[in-house]
Amino acid sequence: MRRWENGWRLALRLVLALVAVGFFAFPIYWLAAISIKSPEEIFAYPPVWIPSGINLSGYVALFRNGDVWAVWNSLVTASVSTVLAMILGTLAAYGIVRYRPGGENLTIWIISQRMIPPICVAFPIFLLFVSLGLVDTFVGLIVLYTAFNLPYVIWMMRGYIQDIPPELEQSALVDGLSRWAVITKVVIPMARGGFFATAVFTFIFAWNDFLFALVLTRSEVVTYPVQVTGYFGSQSTFWSQIGAMSMLGVLPMMLVVATMQRFIVRGMSMGAVKG
Amino acid sequence: MTARVNELADNTTVLKYALVAPAVFVILLIGLYPFVQLALTSVQNVTMFGADNSFHGAVHYERLLGDERLWSALWNTIWFTAVALPIELVLGYLLALLFLQPLPLRRTLIAIILLPTVISPIVAGATWRLMLDQRFGPVNQLIGWIIGRDVEILWTINPSLVWPAVLVAEVWQWTPFMFLILLAALSNVDREQLEAAEVDGAGAWTVFRKVVLPAIMPVVVIAVLIRGLDLFRVFDVIWTMTQGGPGTRTETISIYAYQMAFREFEISYSAAIAFLVIVLLTIAVLVALRRVEIAR
Repeated sequence: MRRWENGWRLALRLVLALVAVGFFAFPIYWLAAISIKSPEEIFAYPPVWIPSGINLSGYVALFRNGDVWAVWNSLVTASVSTVLAMILGTLAAYGIVRYRPGGENLTIWIISQRMIPPICVAFPIFLLFVSLGLVDTFVGLIVLYTAFNLPYVIWMMRGYIQDIPPELEQSALVDGLSRWAVITKVVIPMARGGFFATAVFTFIFAWNDFLFALVLTRSEVVTYPVQVTGYFGSQSTFWSQIGAMSMLGVLPMMLVVATMQRFIVRGMSMGAVKG
Repeated sequence: MTARVNELADNTTVLKYALVAPAVFVILLIGLYPFVQLALTSVQNVTMFGADNSFHGAVHYERLLGDERLWSALWNTIWFTAVALPIELVLGYLLALLFLQPLPLRRTLIAIILLPTVISPIVAGATWRLMLDQRFGPVNQLIGWIIGRDVEILWTINPSLVWPAVLVAEVWQWTPFMFLILLAALSNVDREQLEAAEVDGAGAWTVFRKVVLPAIMPVVVIAVLIRGLDLFRVFDVIWTMTQGGPGTRTETISIYAYQMAFREFEISYSAAIAFLVIVLLTIAVLVALRRVEIAR
């Protein structure tokens, strides 16, 4: 009797879970389907739910007209800024944990920088970039993403470095390692899981940013989210390009979720939950 | 030996600041410079017709008070946050309960649910715009099947439907965030306490109120804080779906500030708006922080 009841409850939970999965997965399926539909299928009425074949004309169009460079621009700005933010942020986090410069105030100031809405600082930064000649350049976007992600990196790495016992570093110092060697050979390897997870999230933030890219790029370093919005014209909407370009932006994120699930909780909750 | 210790000590004082300095410098670039610039611009008169850098006092701040479009944008933002946040929280909690105990394919299903949260809000907005297209989108077709006749609902154009449309996209994208964090928090709730409460004959509601809620509260507060701040500055998803339209129906404070700065080139006025937003947010965060200790 008990087992029978449990079986029903499990089945009910499974059905509800599948309904939820359907709700969250279907729009992405729809996007993917549009990216491989032929134009006739995209504009068929009633809509076609399952593409009859794989039509890559949307992707081909992106390569032919050069729009695919937007994905490259996103990749370059997101990767380089991630590397820079991780280096500067890890060093700063290490300094904060071990030497406590400025005490708690410095940490609180740093994390508070993350709460500023981008739109509030977008125009002053735009003016600054105009005067420095950084508008529509890789350097400009990279510096900006680095600066914007640093508070997050420092906050997260601070949490991970706090978990490392200082005695380990002491003995490494006594063994004659330099401070630099202690950081690269003891601290980072000890915190590598957290380091990696933080880097992934830093990359995601830069990869998905829209507002700064919209304000600070014109034609040379347009990133993929800006490019996607460009396909919604006032006269016509380029559905297959929207589908294809969006999928190029989504695919790396699918990879992230598939391979890094266990890191995601802590990264998202800014360390509030130890996932 | 003594020399070595001194050397290390000297090194440390330098290190104390040298390690932090580069990061602080880069953050100041977006943390200090824009503020000074905003403060200056907001008391000058910079428009598309030219930059008048003389002191103009609080004229732009006075204009804020009588700007109905601003107050409606602010109201839209607060309303949107106040509606979306509880929905995401409750749906996320229910989902977390669903996935708390063993389930076939649990990890895979969770991974699929997470996807909306890690994609760009621009892509989320674009996806829902395609989903809700009056003719070629599947949503209207589904509704048509249910009510038994074809419909052409103009989700992003009809003023009374545009907010629900945006809300669906927002809830779709961020409920998984709440779900994941609550799932992690719920799995950390002490099993023994739960069982003890059940042995004592406590009802489900009592167990939730006395055992579960206190245990997950710190995490809930931080999740609400993170999402609340994000919702208050919402821009991307609405921009892709409606650009704040029809008219100014879905204009939030971020969209209004963008329009003022980059479309109408009312630079000084947009600086005053930005300042107002920062002040409001600072008050909100301080009030929230007073109730929780965010720093571990």
